[in-house]
Amino acid sequence: MPDITLTVNGAPRRAEAEDRTLLVEFLRRQLGLRGTHAGCDTAQCGACTVLLDGRAVKSCIVLAAAAEGAEVETVEGLSRDRAAPHPVLQAFEAFHRRPCGFCAPGMIMAAVDMIRRHGEALDTATVRHELEGNLCRCAGYHDIIRAILAAAPTRRPEGRRPRERNATDAADKLRPRPDHGRGPGAVRDG
Amino acid sequence: MAEALALFETADEPAYLAGGHTLIPVMKNHLAAPDRLIDLRAIPELGGIARRADSLRIGAAVSHAKIAASPPVRAAIPALAALAGSIGDVQVRNMGTIGGSLAHNDPAADYPAAVLALGARVATDRRTLAAEDFFEGLFGTALEDGEIIRHVELPVPAAAGYAKFRNPASRYALVAAFVARAPDGAARVAITGAGSDGVFRWAEAEAALGAAFAAPALDGLTPSDAQMLDDIHAAADERAALCASMTARAVMRPGRASIF
Ligand SMILES: Cc1cc2nc3c(=O)[nH]c(=O)nc-3n(C[C@H](O)[C@H](O)[C@H](O)COP(=O)(O)OP(=O)(O)OC[C@H]3O[C@@H](n4cnc5c(N)ncnc54)[C@H](O)[C@@H]3O)c2cc1C
Ligand code: FES
Ligand code: FES
Repeated sequence: MPDITLTVNGAPRRAEAEDRTLLVEFLRRQLGLRGTHAGCDTAQCGACTVLLDGRAVKSCIVLAAAAEGAEVETVEGLSRDRAAPHPVLQAFEAFHRRPCGFCAPGMIMAAVDMIRRHGEALDTATVRHELEGNLCRCAGYHDIIRAILAAAPTRRPEGRRPRERNATDAADKLRPRPDHGRGPGAVRDG
Repeated sequence: MAEALALFETADEPAYLAGGHTLIPVMKNHLAAPDRLIDLRAIPELGGIARRADSLRIGAAVSHAKIAASPPVRAAIPALAALAGSIGDVQVRNMGTIGGSLAHNDPAADYPAAVLALGARVATDRRTLAAEDFFEGLFGTALEDGEIIRHVELPVPAAAGYAKFRNPASRYALVAAFVARAPDGAARVAITGAGSDGVFRWAEAEAALGAAFAAPALDGLTPSDAQMLDDIHAAADERAALCASMTARAVMRPGRASIF
């Protein structure tokens, strides 16, 4: 079996895998990174979304061998700093409270990609349009869209440079709608 | 390129791999079982987008996302950039390539309509084919065994528009029309998703739009039901009606992709 070498969440990784191994299988089985999910056989659900050389892709239709030498980012990479999880993770914790959470890793990586590309310009219409490749069987779309917008950098008045976002910024913004009916959307401790 | 061609020659059942967004699903469904996959994406001649005097040259391995975002494409043929931006979803557009889409010639794929309506030429490792000679029925092309698409050369039109009625489940085109007016005023209309023999040019609409490039010129025109696909997604007469309305929409809103 050939060796596949790639960088995952900043660290070099190498493992043997059959030629036909899909990237999602390689991440989950060979590397033990089970955060990335596989939810369908038709490349439609997006639960397997990871970033490959900085672009969101569905890892269920990319061969691990085709990612040789590439830079892969998965949902695990967002919580490496336990004290300050990525703003998108925090926002999903606060807003995305659907029962199963199966879609979340893919939604989160799609969100990271969207926010990186659009920054402050990210608006509801863009989020809706670009979430086309991610399905939520529990239909938690409104919460997911809210979470993504909450995690995006805020528009600042002309002339003022946007602050680098950090965990506190994100937490400040995590205010679910009053009619949300689920109590305050506090970020969980720890 | 030479290495890819040689690797193809020495395997029993080889296949070229670009974005894999058609081929991997096909393999998952056991409809193909190649014994060697040859990744084309790193071949330099297959990359890049260049504006030439009267045309755009797009490398076969260029992704849908790159075409959608490309300043020269957006400036020269904005409807093509918009079409690329309407394929699948963000993730699909990041991996899928124009060469893979043309080689597969899915009867509901988007690019074949643009390539045929713009009168593009498909250049391979061994020859150059006019769009008319390239597409052959459902999932068929003139490509020989082992032939590699190098790039597509798309003449820049005076105006062009795309309109697509999506299948709400697959999100592929149920019927879509690409309409182009050449600098000399001639009109070309190509329809994807509808034809029982794959992408086709709608001659009657072309004649009408050649006389007057405006939606009312199409009034009363509908292609024959006999040449339409007829399946659980839409009956032949529904597809024929959609051909007419999508063509009109494409004319009404040039420079963009109108998605329904
Ligand atoms: C969920 C999903 C939704 C999609 N939605 C749409 C849609 O709305 N509209 C649409 O048009 N398409 C859609 N597609 C298809 C997508 O655009 C594919 O990426 C594309 O059709 C094939 O390109 P590829 O680079 O992935 O090709 P691959 O899958 O790598 O290859 C496809 C075929 O082309 C051959 N090939 C590839 N490159 C070359 C070359 N340079 N020369 C010769 N042969 C070559 C391969 O051998 C193979 O037979 C969708 C796909 C998915 C998974
Ligand atoms: S598992 Fe990849 S899209 Fe569903
Ligand atoms: S929360 Fe269950 S699939 Fe999205």
